[in-house]
Amino acid sequence: MSVVAIKDVTKRFEETTALQSIDLEIEPGEFVSLIGPSGCGKSTLLRIIGDLIEPTSGTAAVNGKPARQARIDRDYGIVFQDAVLYDWRTVAKNIALPLELAGWDRGRRTAKVKEMLELVELSGFESHYPWQLSGGMQQRVSIARALSFDPALLLMDEPFGALDEMTRERLNMELLQIWEASGSTVVFVTHSIAEAVFLSTRVVVMSPRPGRISNVIPIDLPQPRTATTREEPRFFELVTEVREALHLGHDLERAPA
Amino acid sequence: MRRGAGRLLLFVLVLAVLWGLWEGYRWLWMREAWTWPFIVNGTSMPHLHSIFGALWSSARPGGVGPRLVTLLFHSALFTAKEAAVGFALGAVLGFTLGAFLAHFRILSRGFLPWVVASQTVPILVVAPMVVVWLNPKLPTRFQDWGAVAVIAAYLTFFPVTINTIRGLHSADRRALELMRSYAAGNWRILWKLRFPAALPYIFAALKVSATASVVGAIIGELPSSIQDGLGGQIINYSQYYTTQPTGLWATNVVAAALGITFFLVILVTEKLVVRRAPENFA
Repeated sequence: MSVVAIKDVTKRFEETTALQSIDLEIEPGEFVSLIGPSGCGKSTLLRIIGDLIEPTSGTAAVNGKPARQARIDRDYGIVFQDAVLYDWRTVAKNIALPLELAGWDRGRRTAKVKEMLELVELSGFESHYPWQLSGGMQQRVSIARALSFDPALLLMDEPFGALDEMTRERLNMELLQIWEASGSTVVFVTHSIAEAVFLSTRVVVMSPRPGRISNVIPIDLPQPRTATTREEPRFFELVTEVREALHLGHDLERAPA
Repeated sequence: MRRGAGRLLLFVLVLAVLWGLWEGYRWLWMREAWTWPFIVNGTSMPHLHSIFGALWSSARPGGVGPRLVTLLFHSALFTAKEAAVGFALGAVLGFTLGAFLAHFRILSRGFLPWVVASQTVPILVVAPMVVVWLNPKLPTRFQDWGAVAVIAAYLTFFPVTINTIRGLHSADRRALELMRSYAAGNWRILWKLRFPAALPYIFAALKVSATASVVGAIIGELPSSIQDGLGGQIINYSQYYTTQPTGLWATNVVAAALGITFFLVILVTEKLVVRRAPENFA
C-alpha cells in the first residue's frame, strides 16, 4: 500500500491553476523530493498531502485513507521553512506540543522528549527558549517535534532553505540518519538540486504555469549516503540530469504553443 | 547591578531636569512679568519644594491634625480599591468581549462601531447615570464605591477589547497550519496558540487601562459625592485653591503616584508571565 497516493489532482486559486492533473504514488520508506522553480506548486502539493488545503478536483490519500482522515489520525509530521516554534514554550515543551494534543500523560511526554532531544543532538537544551538558539538548532527542534509522535510520514517544506550552506549540509546528514533510524517516509520540498539528489531515493521535477510534474528521476546512489557521496561521479551525473529536466520544463513553458 | 545603578541615575537626572524646567519657567515668567498663556505667581505655580513640603505638614492651616500625606494616603487606598475592582471587571469584560468578537468576525462588524461609540461618550456624562442607576441596587457593602468601580471598568475595557481582537488574530499562519496538522480543535488552538500569542497585545492594553482605571475611579467619585477618595480631595482642595494651592498640587502628585503604581504592577506581572524574545515586547 502506498503511503501517499495522489490521483488526478488539480488545484485552482481563482484564475491561476496551481496544479494540473497531478498523479503521484509514494511507497513506504521512500525519500521523495519535489523540486521546481517558484510557482510550480510544490508547496501546494505538499499541503494537499497534509490536508492543509483541499484540491479543486482529484483525490489525495495517505496510508490508504483520505488525506483528511489521515490528518485527523495524526499520520504525518510537518516541518516548515521557518522552525515555527512557539516563543512562550521551552524547547522541551515545543517538542511535547503534539504529544499534549494527543493526550499523552506527563511521564510519557518527558521520556519521549528526552529521546527526541538525543536524536537531534540537543540534549541539555530542554529548558532553553527558542530565541536563545541558532537557526539550525531551531530547525532541529522543529524536526524533533514533527517526529515526536512517530508519524509514518514526514512532510518537509524547504526546511533548510533559510540556513547557510555549512549548516544545511550538516543537517542533511543528520536528517538521513534520522530517516534511517525512524524508517518513516519523507516528502521533501526544496529549491536546491544538490540537496534533492543527495537526500532522495526519487526526485520529482515540477514546472510552473500550470504546475505539473515534468519528470521523475530515480536516484540510484548507494545507501547510506555519506560525506563522500557528494564527490562521486554518479552524483554529478544525477545533478546534471535533474538540472536538465528543470531547464526542459522551463523551455517548454517558453515555447510557443 | 550596574544597569540598576544606571537606571536610578537616569531617573534622578530626569527628575532634576523636570524640576529645573518648572522652576526655570516660573522664574523667567515672573521676572519678565509675562502674562501669556497665564500669569505666573505663587498661586498658579507654587514652588515644587513647597508642594512637597505641604505633603509633610499638617493637612489644616494652623498645624493641627494629621499630616497631609497620611490623609491623602488613606484617600489613595480608597480610590485604589475602586480602581482595582474596576480594572479587574473591565479587563475580564474587555477580554471576553474581544475574544467573542475575534471569533465571530461578522458580529464584530456590527458590534464594534457601538463599542467605539461607547468610548466617545464623555465619562462625565456616563458617571452620574451609572451612579443613579446602579447605586440603589447595590448591596450595602458595595454602596457608592461599587458604582465608581463600574465607571472605572467602563474606561478599562475598551483598550483590552481592541487589543484582544488584534492579538488573537496575530498568530503566525504557519503556526496555525501546524495546529491544523495536529488536528487540534478550536478551543485547543485558542488556548495553546491564539491566547499566548495575544498576551503581549493584551498586556500593552492592560498598561493603558491600568492608568485609565485610576482616572475613571477619581472622576467617578465626583457625581457620587464620595468624600473618602482622591476625587473627594480634589474637589475639596480646588475649593481652597486661592488660599492653599499646594493642597491641590499635592493631591495631584499622590494621584499620579497611584497611577504609576498601577502601571508598574502590570509591568512586573507582564515580565513574570510573558515569555517572549526580548525584541518582541510591546
